[in-house]
Amino acid sequence: MKICYYPGCTLKNHAKNFEDSTICALNTIGVEVEELSRWNCCGTVFSLTTDDLIHHIAPIRNLIRVKEANYDKVMTVCAMCYNTLKRANERIKSDPESMDILNNFMDREEVQYDGDVQVFHLLEFLKDEIGFENLAKKVVKPLKKLKIASYYGCLLVRPKEIGLDDMENPTILEDLMETLGGKPVDFPYKTECCGAYQTVDRPDIIADRTNRILTSAKDRGAEMVVVSCPLCAFNLDQRQKHTVEKYPEFKHIPVLYFTQALAMALGCPEETLRFDLNFIDPKPILKERGLI
Amino acid sequence: MRINLSRKKIRNSFVDKVQELSGQNLLACYQCGKCSAGCPAVDEMDILPNQIIRFAQLGLKEELLASKAIWICASCLTCNARCPKGINIAEVIEALRQILLRNRKDHLKVEKLSDKEKEDIPPIALICSMRKFTS
Ligand code: SF4
Ligand code: SF4
Ligand code: SF4
Ligand code: SF4
Repeated sequence: MKICYYPGCTLKNHAKNFEDSTICALNTIGVEVEELSRWNCCGTVFSLTTDDLIHHIAPIRNLIRVKEANYDKVMTVCAMCYNTLKRANERIKSDPESMDILNNFMDREEVQYDGDVQVFHLLEFLKDEIGFENLAKKVVKPLKKLKIASYYGCLLVRPKEIGLDDMENPTILEDLMETLGGKPVDFPYKTECCGAYQTVDRPDIIADRTNRILTSAKDRGAEMVVVSCPLCAFNLDQRQKHTVEKYPEFKHIPVLYFTQALAMALGCPEETLRFDLNFIDPKPILKERGLI
Repeated sequence: MRINLSRKKIRNSFVDKVQELSGQNLLACYQCGKCSAGCPAVDEMDILPNQIIRFAQLGLKEELLASKAIWICASCLTCNARCPKGINIAEVIEALRQILLRNRKDHLKVEKLSDKEKEDIPPIALICSMRKFTS
């Protein structure tokens, strides 16, 4: 099986651990990944004002690229890309007038866009196309009951029309962690926003949120947290540095991309897991369990 | 806070503009407060999400456009998810930010970020922040 993949910018630099672990995991289960040969940043956020059509151009152009590559579906891994591409697609599909305006604006594109590309997330692919029960058979290094809290943040689950699971109580990540042999830890902050882009000019707010979210996960017994968004990862992992400055009693906890846990369980070599890019080093706990 | 209400304010073009940009019917709100109850950012807000809707209904343009809250909201959409009247509060707040941004009142001063910050902060955060906070 071969799938078309849209990486987005952050997976090519700060979140290279997200990309490398994704690709190794998919290859290991026999899925070939074809990255779009040409793509642009999706713009990160979906424009919420009714008249702001221009900002839907960036995501829609990427969907045109998918058609040019002869696919009718595209996989995203970053939660923000997923949300922005899928929402822009739904937005113009439900409004033919705006679709015409955009097509007229993009008059140098050779392909006309009719909303005919489907955007899906890696998690949906694993659950619906591969099936967790089949995935379980490919696990060579079960996670040995490692206690894992799954953090969804906002964009995988909201708004409801776009979300890939229940909006208030999603479980897809926990189900995946269980499939991999881990022990999912439920906690009340799994869909509470980490503060997102406030991290640029208000890292103090992020310190508050990170403290609240991670302390809650730890109080419920978590030994690590998994995420699906490079911005969540930055706020919950790298910003632990600010968090401990503001809250000296705060205790560090490793934050991994869910794909790092996945690739590890599937037996991918350590160089594809790229733990060197995680700020709080997960290696001590993983070594303790004999996982690396 | 002292607030003056008048028929003129309630019927001014600001209310229409907010409704048009957000695509929301402000009068649908019955002030249950669920949006504020679930908002993770209320600690930092001077006007809470349900109050933003009330202020917008009443055409309190100056108060809204000077508020800190509209820049603290991170468009996490929790309020939208919880509103029993189906109002998209986040869209209303976006409309308020857009009214300022479209008049070149940028909130983020990109030039004030140090080289170190620009290097450490991933593009996903910088692009996001610029999209939300600059014109
Ligand atoms: S959301 Fe990010 S990582 Fe995803 S493409 Fe857009 S900017 Fe880049
Ligand atoms: S960065 Fe924060 S805002 Fe994004 S999805 Fe992650 S939780 Fe929400
Ligand atoms: S939840 Fe909806 S109805 Fe209730 S106060 Fe907020 S906007 Fe108004
Ligand atoms: S979108 Fe804004 S107002 Fe609504 S809950 Fe999130 S931070 Fe609060």
